[in-house]
Amino acid sequence: MAGTAVLGRLTWQPAELVEAIDETSRARTLVFDVPEWMQHRAGQHLDVRLTAEDGYRAERSYSIASAPGEPLAITVERLDDGEVSPYLVDELRPGDRIELRGPVGGYFVWEPDRGGPIFLAAGGSGVVPLMSMARTRALDGADVPARLLYSARTLDEVIYREELERLATEQPELDVVYTLTRGQPEGWTGYARRVDGELLAETAWPAHESPLAYVCGPTSFVEAVAEGLVGLGYPPKRVKTERFGATGGR
Amino acid sequence: MSFVSRGFRGRRRDDADADARTPPGQYLTDDFPVLSAGPTPHTPLDRWSFEIRGAGEPKVWTWDEFRALPTEKPTVDIHCVTRWSKLDTEWEGVSVDTLLAEAGEDAPFVVAFCDGGYTTNLALEDVTDGKAWVAFAFDGEPLDPEHGGPARLLVPHLYFWKSAKWVRGLQLRDDDEPGFWETNGYHNHGDPWQEQRYWGD
Amino acid sequence: MEYVDGNAMAGTLGELFGVEMTIAVGVCAACGNTGEVAALHVYNRAPGAVLRCPTCESVLMRVVRGPDRTWLDLSGLRTLQIPV
Repeated sequence: MAGTAVLGRLTWQPAELVEAIDETSRARTLVFDVPEWMQHRAGQHLDVRLTAEDGYRAERSYSIASAPGEPLAITVERLDDGEVSPYLVDELRPGDRIELRGPVGGYFVWEPDRGGPIFLAAGGSGVVPLMSMARTRALDGADVPARLLYSARTLDEVIYREELERLATEQPELDVVYTLTRGQPEGWTGYARRVDGELLAETAWPAHESPLAYVCGPTSFVEAVAEGLVGLGYPPKRVKTERFGATGGR
Repeated sequence: MSFVSRGFRGRRRDDADADARTPPGQYLTDDFPVLSAGPTPHTPLDRWSFEIRGAGEPKVWTWDEFRALPTEKPTVDIHCVTRWSKLDTEWEGVSVDTLLAEAGEDAPFVVAFCDGGYTTNLALEDVTDGKAWVAFAFDGEPLDPEHGGPARLLVPHLYFWKSAKWVRGLQLRDDDEPGFWETNGYHNHGDPWQEQRYWGD
Repeated sequence: MEYVDGNAMAGTLGELFGVEMTIAVGVCAACGNTGEVAALHVYNRAPGAVLRCPTCESVLMRVVRGPDRTWLDLSGLRTLQIPV
């Protein structure tokens, strides 16, 4: 696989929304039917294009949430001042069509044959591509040891919470650790702060196990975690990063 | 155009089409989007200067000298090539006419140069006769760094990429020298009323 | 102004070059830093996309997409190694 450039359909194609699943009060998973969809790899994203009646167009990128082989799904979080996300989260209905381009992204990708152990660090909606990795791993037999560190503002904002809990229960080799940075439920005994060196030292695989790390989220989160992992001895080439802006979308 | 996404309107307000102050292809916004080609510079005021560079010795103002110049408070509409327009924006700044008069020079073209390396080019007639300012305040407050503070060029009759953020001076030239966006597809002049967005428009 | 990274350009660059570009490796003409396009600092809340060197912040690429043309400036890159 090394050196092979895997291309998606690099032009826009129509996609019909077949199902919408509310994940949290701000996030919704959208399942699409795309006639000529090329199988993606976990971690890849797709570009969405919306066209208004007067020809006005807007484009955004969203990570693919589904595992290869599952129905194509993205998860979108509504940004208060967004132009596209409020439409995708609040307006789009099954039967509606949008345009997609992809899958794209050959760098931030995990496949089971890359091995592990894997350390997945999610900042907010950065969990989406990492969920694709977790689902891919589960479908493949879940042998690779994996840890997911998920930083969210509150427990209510954690996306895929039930599924993550189920996977963690069913798979002894998967650990899911949350840190809730803004508010915690009563009796919370978990982490309650922004990820720092100490938190990483306690949750990440030790460097001598030769782990692969994938870090996704807002730029400031990604830079702090990537720097922290390198500080723990992770070779920079074993820390893959995907940053989106403070406002979430690319 | 392949097809339309039902119900998608972008950020536009419903009365945008009817508004005679909105150039073609633009929509009105109440907020003030921050656009940038690079990291926000943070030049301390005691190191800031503004220059007019021409044929002779450059005319240089320190921040205090610049702020001692007579100022104006223009209220103008601004139009970004990315399609948003904002009406009745309130600024305070020094007219470029004032700066050129003090420098005692002119030339047919200018290039605005900025912290961070951004440039944009303008004809002299686009920055004179009350058409342009070096602005240091917006909406009654000192100009925010993310909006170009401590000072930016303000040339509201052209697309807002010509209103260079973090401006540090004007280079006077006998020939036109396209700037950062003008060398990479954007129109050399940039009149929103003629929708001069890209090369050849 | 916060940046994103070269992953955000995967679709645009892929469409232009016809191959996956986030794993392409570029050499900064200003400082010699070598790294994947995925790691570049991308400022795309702008009239175009500006891709900068993560080490020295020099402009490596500029991409402007018009309705029927795209303008691409790669002059900030000394070399671009593209896997095919």
